Amino acid sequence: MSTLSYAGIGETVLAVNGELPATAQGVASVAKVDRREFLKLTGLAGGGLLLAFSLPRAAASGGPFAPNGYLRIDETGVTLYAKNPEIGQGVKTSLPMIVAEELDVAWRDVKVVQAAVDRRRYGMQFAGGSTAIPMNWEPLRRAGATGRAMLVAAAASKLAVPAEELATLDSHVVHEASGRKLAYTEIAALAATMPVPDGKSLRLKPRADWKLLGTRVTGVDNEALVRGEPLFGIDQTMPGMKHAVYAKCPAIGGTVKSANLDAIKAMPGVVDAFALEGNGNAGQLLPGVAVVAESTWAAIRAKRALEVDWDETDAGKDSWRAAEAEAERLAGESGRPVVNQGDVDAAFSAADKRIDAFYKYHFVSHAQLEPQNCTARFHDGALELWAPTQTPGSAINDAAGVLGISPAKVTLNQTRCGGGFGRRLYNDFVCEAAAIAQRAGVPVKLLWTREDDMAFDLYRAGGFHRFEGALDSDGRVSGWRDHFITFTNDGRRPVGGGSLGPGVFPAGLVANVRCEQTALPWQHRCAAWRAPGSNVFGFVVGSFLDELAAAAGRDPLEVLLEVLGEPRLLRPGNPRSLNTGRAAGVVKLAAEQAGWGRKLPKGRGLGLAFYFSHAGHIAEVADVSVSADRKVAVHKVTVAADVGPIVNLSGAENQVEGSVVDGLSTMLGLSVTFENGRAEQSNFDQYPLLRIPATPQVAVHFVDSDHSPTGLGEPALPPLAPAVCNAIFAATGHRVRTLPISMEGYSA
Amino acid sequence: MATLRLRVNGETHTLEDVDGSTPLLWVLRDELGLVGAKYGCGISQCGACTVHVDGAPVRSCSLPVAAATGAITTIEGLADAQGELTPVQQAWVDLDVAQCGYCQSGQIMAATALLRNNPRPTDADIDAAMGPNICRCGTYIRIRAAVKAAAANLRESRT
Ligand code: FES
Ligand code: FES
Repeated sequence: MSTLSYAGIGETVLAVNGELPATAQGVASVAKVDRREFLKLTGLAGGGLLLAFSLPRAAASGGPFAPNGYLRIDETGVTLYAKNPEIGQGVKTSLPMIVAEELDVAWRDVKVVQAAVDRRRYGMQFAGGSTAIPMNWEPLRRAGATGRAMLVAAAASKLAVPAEELATLDSHVVHEASGRKLAYTEIAALAATMPVPDGKSLRLKPRADWKLLGTRVTGVDNEALVRGEPLFGIDQTMPGMKHAVYAKCPAIGGTVKSANLDAIKAMPGVVDAFALEGNGNAGQLLPGVAVVAESTWAAIRAKRALEVDWDETDAGKDSWRAAEAEAERLAGESGRPVVNQGDVDAAFSAADKRIDAFYKYHFVSHAQLEPQNCTARFHDGALELWAPTQTPGSAINDAAGVLGISPAKVTLNQTRCGGGFGRRLYNDFVCEAAAIAQRAGVPVKLLWTREDDMAFDLYRAGGFHRFEGALDSDGRVSGWRDHFITFTNDGRRPVGGGSLGPGVFPAGLVANVRCEQTALPWQHRCAAWRAPGSNVFGFVVGSFLDELAAAAGRDPLEVLLEVLGEPRLLRPGNPRSLNTGRAAGVVKLAAEQAGWGRKLPKGRGLGLAFYFSHAGHIAEVADVSVSADRKVAVHKVTVAADVGPIVNLSGAENQVEGSVVDGLSTMLGLSVTFENGRAEQSNFDQYPLLRIPATPQVAVHFVDSDHSPTGLGEPALPPLAPAVCNAIFAATGHRVRTLPISMEGYSA
Repeated sequence: MATLRLRVNGETHTLEDVDGSTPLLWVLRDELGLVGAKYGCGISQCGACTVHVDGAPVRSCSLPVAAATGAITTIEGLADAQGELTPVQQAWVDLDVAQCGYCQSGQIMAATALLRNNPRPTDADIDAAMGPNICRCGTYIRIRAAVKAAAANLRESRT
């Protein structure tokens, strides 16, 4: 049973992260799968969430009021449970806020607790695809409203008045006629004995009555964070715990021939050292050598002294230079068709102008600031884990599989994650910790050094696009071709985030579009990285469209609006598909707020880009100066976003600001190159993440819309790079076609 | 292996059998259970491990414990005995600076050191003092705002 559901999670995550197209329909079909799967898992379809989740015990004992997994009220206070992993996207605050709004509890009265991993109670629990808000919006509203209805029923019975005469306000039920009020905490035990209301009769608050949603709420862990409390995976400890590190062959596929284990075991503080064979699945357990020590430092020092003779007969030979040469050679040939709309050849023969451009972008690392780590205890055939993972369900299954035990024998405690960006969707580090704990016979905390993290990431794959564009005699975009050279890990399918889908921009918008792709073999694993696919496709399509506008001698804003066309849903009936009206709305808003069209001094320019991903419509305008020696200063980025109603305004703005900084950091100077099968960068001295001096001002404008809300962890990132590159063009007339732009001589 | 005395947050700890070359970070985290200082890079590049030695910010991942002879303050030692947050910590809460929060202990230690010597930091001062600290989540806009808010509060409380 659990295998089925967790497989479901795995598939969903894969789908969200690249197997499906990054634009309109990809997200839409993911949403559909998720929804169906979610309904199946939770029995939500008939509004039966609370019946499925209700705890009969509470009713029988008159004990704490806990009508579902999301809330618990007793005489001491109100606890709300945050179901999903917190990776910095703010869900530990925003999801409980949704419950609190409908429950009508004062936020200051709420204590938020991270929920246990419990599929029966919570359905899927994961952080990926900016899905937490859209997937949980309705269920959480209903969970809160159910709680409120039962509290009202309890108050009605206690006050002997009809429920219709009662209102709720700030954690109290109020009887205005008599001036009486009852605190939720007073009537919790009685509420627990009330019948669970029928889902259909539940009334949800109209938007006009919202008090908490849309306000700025500081993160629920902030106070603990500023005190340095042990919230993260790396902070966990337990009696008898040892510290482990794990050395793997830097070229994927290498195995352990021999190692100086005796010398290592003789080092001070070292408890044990042994080789593990791996389980044949590079996403779970690669072969390597584990060192178990009394302290982290003893383990790290031993790892440095470790000499492993790797057998690299079957190891990969990944080479960026070779891939680049091959991609340039292949670009002029044709690939596997992905999109073929209209009559592209006719459009090109009839074209007034044809434009040809070759774009490329490098591999990048997730570089989440907390390196991978996991604490594991294997005892009596059962495994307990403390893991900063984005996919706790998959982690349980993967670890169980590696140890050969039932997933029912695995408990996973969710810790706060020091960043995710997609890296923690994959649980190799959990599998390693489990295997080491089992073999060592003691609880261990496995820590990857930063060097391990950068050498064994699941990278955001590099890629190459050969574009051709056709302009008709009116300067309209009449034809579009893209041959995408991507990578494949398994020799069959492109890597996650490295596949164009049928809905990729501008399919469905420009009449004649042909996209093809070709995948080059690659050994280092590549997968989801914040806004998978979109984070690079946004750059290439946003830049090339700007090129076409320039070639036509037209204003890019005008061309973009023309391509978007009449307001419509690109997939009629699917509200999560691209809505060209909402798109045009954010494009115009960003342009207006940024003062599009104003005169700027020489060397300074505005660049505009729009991208639709994760059901979020986002446009950005970058205001950029470029000096003669290609020093770039990004002064300000104006963002207009339509993601439906905002849950936590502070969190939402933070996500947008962070996406802009992340996008800028990555496009300016980040790359991981490979030669001889090895990543060539190993730490932050060679991977210059953006720092505070180069941070631009960011102005965030949310469109106040009644569309159903969607997540903001990702969609504000893709438009950033094309907006900045288009601004560089506006400032200098030079078209940047490589990311990071440091490869073209630019620096911050 | 030696016996070392370490002064941390006003307490003196005697550590037996410690290799003096061990980075201070790992002694704080593994031996003293003070896990507020974080490991991010181990090579003085990210600032996640920032603590104070005699009031000055240092990267504890790169400071051998034997060399940490001054008074050490970690983030756990900022709040007063009643647990009241400092103006810097409070500004971080009020402005909801954190995303994942992993870098923020180091950011707060860097900001605290800056404001101790400079009650009215300019943007350039903030760039210089906070430049060594990476925030992978990109909360720099709020970090700058929080430093300024804390500076204003500190000036107010001193007048
Ligand atoms: S861990 Fe010390 S500077 Fe990065
Ligand atoms: S808040 Fe995540 S690294 Fe700074």
